[in-house]
Amino acid sequence: MSVLIFAELDQAADGTGSLRKSSLEAIFYGAQVAGMLGTTATALVIGSAEAPELELTGNYGATKVLHATAERLAQPNNMAYATVLAAAAGQEGSSVVIIAKSSLGDAVAARAAGKLKAGLVSNVVDLPEGDAASLRVKRSIYTGKAFAITEMKSPVKIITIRKNAVAPQTTDAKAAIEAFSPTLNDQDFVAQVTGVEKATGEVPLTEADIIVSGGRGMRGPENWGILEDLAHALHAATGCSKPVSDLDWRPHHEHIGQTGIKVSPNLYVACGISGAIQHLAGVNGSKVIVVINKDAEAPFFKAADYGIVGDVFDILPRLTKAVQSAG
Amino acid sequence: MKILVCVTSVPDTTARISFTDGDTKFSKAGVQYITGPYDDYALSRAVELKEQLGATLTVLNVGEADAEPVIRKCLAIGADDAIRVNAEPTDAYFVAEQIAAIARQESYDLILMGRESIDFNGGQVHGIVGEMLGIPSFSPVMKLDIEGTKAKIAREIEGGKETLEASLPLVLGCQEPIAEWKIPNMRGIMTARTKPLRVVEPSGSDSLTKVQKYELPPPKGACRMIPAEEAETLIGLLRTEAKII
Ligand SMILES: Cc1cc2nc3c(=O)[nH]c(=O)nc-3n(C[C@H](O)[C@H](O)[C@H](O)COP(=O)(O)OP(=O)(O)OC[C@H]3O[C@@H](n4cnc5c(N)ncnc54)[C@H](O)[C@@H]3O)c2cc1C
Ligand SMILES: Nc1ncnc2c1ncn2[C@@H]1O[C@H](COP(=O)(O)O)[C@@H](O)[C@H]1O
Repeated sequence: MSVLIFAELDQAADGTGSLRKSSLEAIFYGAQVAGMLGTTATALVIGSAEAPELELTGNYGATKVLHATAERLAQPNNMAYATVLAAAAGQEGSSVVIIAKSSLGDAVAARAAGKLKAGLVSNVVDLPEGDAASLRVKRSIYTGKAFAITEMKSPVKIITIRKNAVAPQTTDAKAAIEAFSPTLNDQDFVAQVTGVEKATGEVPLTEADIIVSGGRGMRGPENWGILEDLAHALHAATGCSKPVSDLDWRPHHEHIGQTGIKVSPNLYVACGISGAIQHLAGVNGSKVIVVINKDAEAPFFKAADYGIVGDVFDILPRLTKAVQSAG
Repeated sequence: MKILVCVTSVPDTTARISFTDGDTKFSKAGVQYITGPYDDYALSRAVELKEQLGATLTVLNVGEADAEPVIRKCLAIGADDAIRVNAEPTDAYFVAEQIAAIARQESYDLILMGRESIDFNGGQVHGIVGEMLGIPSFSPVMKLDIEGTKAKIAREIEGGKETLEASLPLVLGCQEPIAEWKIPNMRGIMTARTKPLRVVEPSGSDSLTKVQKYELPPPKGACRMIPAEEAETLIGLLRTEAKII
């Protein structure tokens, strides 16, 4: 009857997995839901990870962690992972499954919903209300322009959460590790991954606490150094507007907005971005927005918490220095 | 080869969102509807594949009659025929059931969708349909080539991309730059009027989730402007006032 959380691993180059920050949030979220429903939280980890990493799920509120390590599961695979997740939900008698939003998490959630005939609500921004029979969740819709309070009544309910849906508090508790080896389906392994290109050591945009983002006002890819310097000083990820990725100044996976990535960091710093409605749609879940633009009339200021009317080429290096000198 | 493209009719990306009936209904007044931007990418790639490989191309919408202008536009862009499942698309599982029911009858080789709808943004329907049909699903797909019965796919992942090969049939959620958006030409618009649009009634179960109430985000407080000469003070404010760095 426990609440089940799919905890996603990031695989380092040497093959050891570490739990994604978004998944730790999901575990905390799941533990809060478990508390509300009078039950416990179980994390499911698929792939290679050391015992201390698995036990860490306990710090976030899981009492038990199911660890599936079959050789064939080493590579992320939405179909096989959904099979494992559905089996885990069956074993644990879980009526609520929590997953952090990510490219893998979304697909696993959808396929598991298909298997379990589960109601699925994604982009949830807050803890639910209600009881095991009927949960009410608040999810972001219309690309961040509104919310829908949605009732879930199916026997199994799957929730995917957005970054910052909860602010985790940790304890020293450790989760008990239990090996998990459900039956796998050969049909889940028919597709072949032929290559993965990935910037290493980069925090995914959807998980970054701080994002420094640039628009056409940066005038060209050769100027990104000053933006990256500030990002570095703030331990931030970098993002961009759509024209910037369309022009190939920055890679496509950095493009934020209605037709790009939706982010909800603690701090979003927009540099030379006008603030078109399609861009705002991707960032309006941010806690604090800073806008730096030389045009005082730029629409982005209306969505900002702090604004500086100025030239990015002057302001950005000064901000970087200010962060560095304040240590 | 048979291709199915699933399309949504959604408020334009610049639309102001508001609600009526005690915040229980989306207010359609003054809202312009468009094809989901991601669905447009799926359709555009499907039209290119049709031209290359000689496929038949069907568009499918689960929606009410007011979605028909969007469906006609898809026909004008190059789909051969269309199906509308006459139901309000209330929930991803419900929509997926409708799509899967049609797909079981017609056995498409390729089912293309958008990476996500821009109204409910679930990014769910492709995965659920894939599961219901017992075939692989991938999203978001940025590149798709078909060689015989094999698909070569490039997909965006956090911080990079992944390339894959899989045999048809497949369900794919598409995004740019899989194809350039196509705009209907005059001839397309004329022929679209007479292309078949079949309306069928929904089947299967009720929705598993239900919206009880909508909310708008709280209005943003005034922006605190910092003079450019004092830009450095921003960092102090973020530390002590906003407490986020
Ligand atoms: C269907 C659709 C979907 C879209 N989806 C997205 C999306 O997902 N994401 C997205 O970003 N856009 C999207 N767009 C595009 C969007 O409408 C805008 O065109 C885009 O966001 C503008 O990008 P920008 O702000 O970088 O460029 P611009 O609008 O050109 O703005 C540049 C800004 O930089 C400022 N500036 C110039 N020089 C300096 C300087 N030296 N110092 C400081 N400021 C300076 C200018 O004052 C200006 O405000 C979409 C559009 C459509 C139609
Ligand atoms: N009502 C619908 N009718 C047809 N296709 C749909 C419908 N809803 C969603 N889809 C398809 O599924 C994709 C993902 O939608 P969603 O899961 O709602 O984000 C969309 O881009 C469409 O291609």
